[in-house]
Amino acid sequence: MTAVSGFFHGIANRFRALPKWVRVVLLVLLALLVYLLPILNPPLITTTGSDFGAVLFLCALYSLVALGLNVVIGYAGLLDLGYIGFFAVGAFTVGVLGSSHAKLPLLLCIPLAMVATLVSGILLGAPTLRVRGDYLAIVTLGFGEIIRLALVNTDWLSGPRGISNIPTPPSFHLFDVPHVTWQGFTAYLDLENTTDFLTFSVTDSIPYYWLALTCVIIVLFLDKLMQNSRVGRAWEATREDEDAAELMGVPTFRFKLLAFATGAAIGGLSGSLFATKQQFINPDNFTIIYSVLFVAMVVVGGQGNRWGVIVAAVLLTWAPERFRFLADARFLLFGVLLIVLSVFRPQGLLPPRRTLRAKEADQEAPDTIDAEGVARA
Amino acid sequence: MDLLIHHFWELTITGLAIGAVYALVALGYTLVYGVLRLINFAHSEVFMYGSFAAVWVLMALGAGKATGMGLVGYLVVGFIAAMATSGVVALIVEFVAYRPLRKRNSPPLIALISAIGASFTFSELMGLRDKPLKWFGLEGLQPYLGRARENLPLTLHVDTKRVFPVFNYQVTNIDLIVLGSAIVMMVILDQFVRRSRLGRGIRAVAQDAEAAALMGVNRDRVIRLTFLIGGVMAGAAAMMYLLKIGVTRYNAGFILGIKAFTAAVLGGIGNLRGALVGGFVLGVAENYGGALFGNQWKDVVAFVLLIIILLFRPTGLLGESLGKARA
Amino acid sequence: MPESTTTPEHDDAAPLPEDHAARPEGHVARPEDVDTTPDTSVDISVEEVTDLPQGKMLEVDDVTLRFGGVTALDGVSFHINTGEILGLIGPNGAGKTTCFNVMTGVYQPTSGGVRFLGEPLGRRKKFAITKLGIARTFQNIRLFHNMTALENVLVGADAHHSSGIFSALLRLPRHRAEEEEGMDRAHELLKFMGLEKRANELARNLPYGDQRRLEIARALATNPKLLCLDEPAAGFNPAEKVKLMELIQSIRQQGYTVLLIEHDMRLVMGVTDRIVVLEFGKKIAEGLPAEIRDNPAVIAAYLGVDENAS
Repeated sequence: MTAVSGFFHGIANRFRALPKWVRVVLLVLLALLVYLLPILNPPLITTTGSDFGAVLFLCALYSLVALGLNVVIGYAGLLDLGYIGFFAVGAFTVGVLGSSHAKLPLLLCIPLAMVATLVSGILLGAPTLRVRGDYLAIVTLGFGEIIRLALVNTDWLSGPRGISNIPTPPSFHLFDVPHVTWQGFTAYLDLENTTDFLTFSVTDSIPYYWLALTCVIIVLFLDKLMQNSRVGRAWEATREDEDAAELMGVPTFRFKLLAFATGAAIGGLSGSLFATKQQFINPDNFTIIYSVLFVAMVVVGGQGNRWGVIVAAVLLTWAPERFRFLADARFLLFGVLLIVLSVFRPQGLLPPRRTLRAKEADQEAPDTIDAEGVARA
Repeated sequence: MDLLIHHFWELTITGLAIGAVYALVALGYTLVYGVLRLINFAHSEVFMYGSFAAVWVLMALGAGKATGMGLVGYLVVGFIAAMATSGVVALIVEFVAYRPLRKRNSPPLIALISAIGASFTFSELMGLRDKPLKWFGLEGLQPYLGRARENLPLTLHVDTKRVFPVFNYQVTNIDLIVLGSAIVMMVILDQFVRRSRLGRGIRAVAQDAEAAALMGVNRDRVIRLTFLIGGVMAGAAAMMYLLKIGVTRYNAGFILGIKAFTAAVLGGIGNLRGALVGGFVLGVAENYGGALFGNQWKDVVAFVLLIIILLFRPTGLLGESLGKARA
Repeated sequence: MPESTTTPEHDDAAPLPEDHAARPEGHVARPEDVDTTPDTSVDISVEEVTDLPQGKMLEVDDVTLRFGGVTALDGVSFHINTGEILGLIGPNGAGKTTCFNVMTGVYQPTSGGVRFLGEPLGRRKKFAITKLGIARTFQNIRLFHNMTALENVLVGADAHHSSGIFSALLRLPRHRAEEEEGMDRAHELLKFMGLEKRANELARNLPYGDQRRLEIARALATNPKLLCLDEPAAGFNPAEKVKLMELIQSIRQQGYTVLLIEHDMRLVMGVTDRIVVLEFGKKIAEGLPAEIRDNPAVIAAYLGVDENAS
C-alpha cells in the first residue's frame, strides 16, 4: 500500500520538477482525456451493464461531494455525518424554485440553491460547532435525518411524492460528437451514436457529465487557492491544536464555521446538479446511508488530500458498476472496507501532504528524538 | 392538543413502555462511552441480532398463541435467546472493530469510522440473507429465516388483555410485561455495578484507566464485560420490542439506536441512571409530540430533542459520570 | 540562595491538554547539525511596540480564581511597566501558569480583573486578547507539529491579518499584500531566532532548543506588545541558558515588554528588572532581584518545599 502511494507521490514530484509550460500542457491534455472518456469508451474501463456516461456523471458528482466534505472533515477536522442534508437542501431548492413553486431558469436556481445551503450550514454550525467532536457527529447525523423527515412530511416542500419536471440547463446545438466503439482492441467511429454538443436531455448523460466535471475542476482550483492562504493555515492549526491556535490569534470558531459553510455550499452545488440530471427527486434518495458513503469516500481517500478523496469517490462509484456482482453487497463491502481501513491504514489511500511529509522527514532523520520524547532507532 | 389531553394516560404509559426499551439499549451506549469514550455505532445491530434470534428460536419451537405457563415459558426462552445472542454479537463487535484500534492507539475519529463500518457490516450481513442461503444451497431454510429486507414477524402471539385501568386507560398485560422486565433488569444492573468487584472495576476504568490498571484492574477484561453487559441489556430490550411492535427487520436497529443514543445523552452520557431516565423521558416525549404534531413527526422529536440537549445542557439531565459512585 | 536545576514539573494549571514531554537527558544531536545561532541584529520590532507610552502596561487587580474546591489564585495584584522584563517565580503549584492563563483569557477570574493598557480584559475571547497585544509560549511545547517552522510562524503573523475567504479565492490585493507581509515578518523572525535554515522542516522534527525558540518566534509574529514566556529555558544546558538570556534582552531592546516564568534563579536574577513571587496562589514578595534574593519569605518558600513534590 505504501508502494502505491509512494508511486503516486513519485509521479507528483517528477511532475512538479517540470517547467511550468510543460505542466500546463500536460494538464490540459489530461483534462481533455477525462472529458472524452465517455466518448472514447475504453474497453476495460467502460461499464457494459450500464450507461457509461451516467456512471461517469455520478463519479464526477460524488467527487464534488467528496471535495466539499473534505473541507469539513479533512481540513477543519469536523466529523460531519449529515452531509446528505446539504445535498438535499441544494436539490430541493432547485426543485422548489425551478419547478414546484416557481419556474426560474436553472442557471439562476443553482446559485440560489448554494446560498440556501450555505445559510443552512451556518444555521446548523453556529450552535453546534461549540460541541465536542463525537457529539458533533451525532448532531449532524440528526440534522441529515431531520431534513429528510421534514421534506417527506411537508407537502409544500416536497411531500412523499417528491418534485418532478426539474428544469435542465440551457441547451444549444453546435455540432455532433460521434462515439467510439470497440471490437476487441480496435476502435471505430460510430457515426450513428452521437452526442449533441451541447444538448441536455434525459436521453444523454454525457453533457451532464461535462457540466459536473467542469464544476469539479473549478472547485479543485478554488480549493487549492483556499488551502494556500490564511484560511488553509488557520484550519490546519485549528486541527492540530485548537487552544494553542486560538492563543496565537486564530478565531477558531469562525474558521470552523467557515469550513462548515464552504462544505455546505459545495454540497448544495452537487445537490443541484443531481436534481437537474434526474429531473425528478424524492426524499428517499437522500437517506443517511449516503452520508456514511460520503464520509467513507473522504476517509478512504485520505482526509485532507483533495486528489485522494476524488480517487476514492471515483473508485467507490465506478467499481460496483463495473463489477456488477459487487453492487448488491455494496454497503456490506463499504462497512468492511471502513473497518479494515481504520485498522490497517487509517491515513487512507493517499494520505495528505502533511502526513507524508512527516513520514519522509522521520525517515531522513533517524536519530532525533521526536516530540513524544521517544528516541527513534 | 385535545388528543394529548384525552389520551394523556395512554400516551404516558405506552410511552414509558417503549421508553423502557430505549432505556435498556441506552445502557449499552452509555457504558461503552463511559469506559472507552467511544460511541458504539454498532450497538444498534447488537440489538437487532437479538431480536432475530428471539424470532427464530420461537419460530423453531412452533410458538403461536399462548397463555398462562406456556406463555411464560416462551417468554423466558425468547428473552434468553435474545440476550445470549446480543451478548455474543457485542463481544464479536468489540473484538473485530475496536480492539485492534486500541492496540494501535488510534485517534478517536478513526474509532468512530470503524464503529460506523461495523454498524453497516453487521446490518448488511443480516440484510443479505437470501444470497448466502442460495450459495450454500440452504433455500429450504428460507421460510424460517424470512426474506432479506422485509419485516419478519414474531410468531408468538400474546392476547392483549386489559389488566387494570389507570384513569381512562386500560393497562395491558404487554405493558406490564415490558415494564416489569425492564425494572427487573435495571435493578439487577444497578446492584451489580454498585456492589460487585467487576462492577467497581468498570467504574474505575471509566474514571481513570491508567490508575485502574496500576491497581490491578484488567482493562481488557473490563471492556469486554462492559460490552457484554450492554449487549445483554439490548437483547432484553429486543424481546420487549418484539412484544410491543411485533416485527423486526435488518435495519430495525438503526432508528432505535439513534433514539437510544439520544436517551443516553439526554440523561447524561456515562451515567447509568441517566440512561434510564433519558429513555423514559424520550419515550413519553415522543408520544406527546406525536399527539401534538401528528404521528409522522414522532421520529423528528427524538432528533430535535437530541440537538437541544447537546446545545443547552450537554452534560445531560443527570450529568455525566460513570466513574462517580452513582451507578 | 535557593537554586534549582530545572526538571520541568507538571503544568500547575491543569486543563490545557496535549502536553508533550520536555526534553529528557541524552538528547542525540543530529549528525548534520545546522548552525542555529540567533542573529539578533535583525530588526523585528513593530511600529506599535516602539511607540508605546511609558507607564503600566498590564495590571493584575486582586485576581482570585477558584476551581471547585481549589483556590488557584488568591487576591493576586501586580503590574508590568512598559519596556521592562518582569520575572514571575514561585515553587511548584504556586499559580504562575494559572496567572498566564488568566491574562490570556483561558480562564475567567472568579473575582478581580486584568487591565491591559488601561482597558479591562473583560470576557474577551483568547484570540481577541492576542490581537490586543498579549502573546505567550507554553510550559510544555505546543507547536503545530505537523506544520513547518515557517508555517507555524505564519499562523502567528495571521493574527493581525484580516483577509478572509473571498480575498483568498479571488487573490485580491489585500490578500496578496498580507501574505507578503506575513512572509517577510516570518523570515525576519526566523532569522532573528537563528532558524532560517530550518524554515521548511516540520516543527516536530526540530531539535528541542529550536522548538522552544520557534515557539517564541511564533508568539512574536502576532505583533504583541507584551510577550509572556512560560519556562522558556526548561531543559536547556547552561550554555543554552546564557544564549537565551541574551535573546530575551535583545527582544526587550527591540521594544517588547517581557513577562517571564522561570525556575532557574541565575537566569531570573540575571535578566529581569523586577520580580514577583507567588506561593500557593498568593503574592508573597515583589521587588528588585537583589531584594528578592535576600527575602526570608521567598527563601522559606523554596527551601521549605519538598523537592519531590510535583
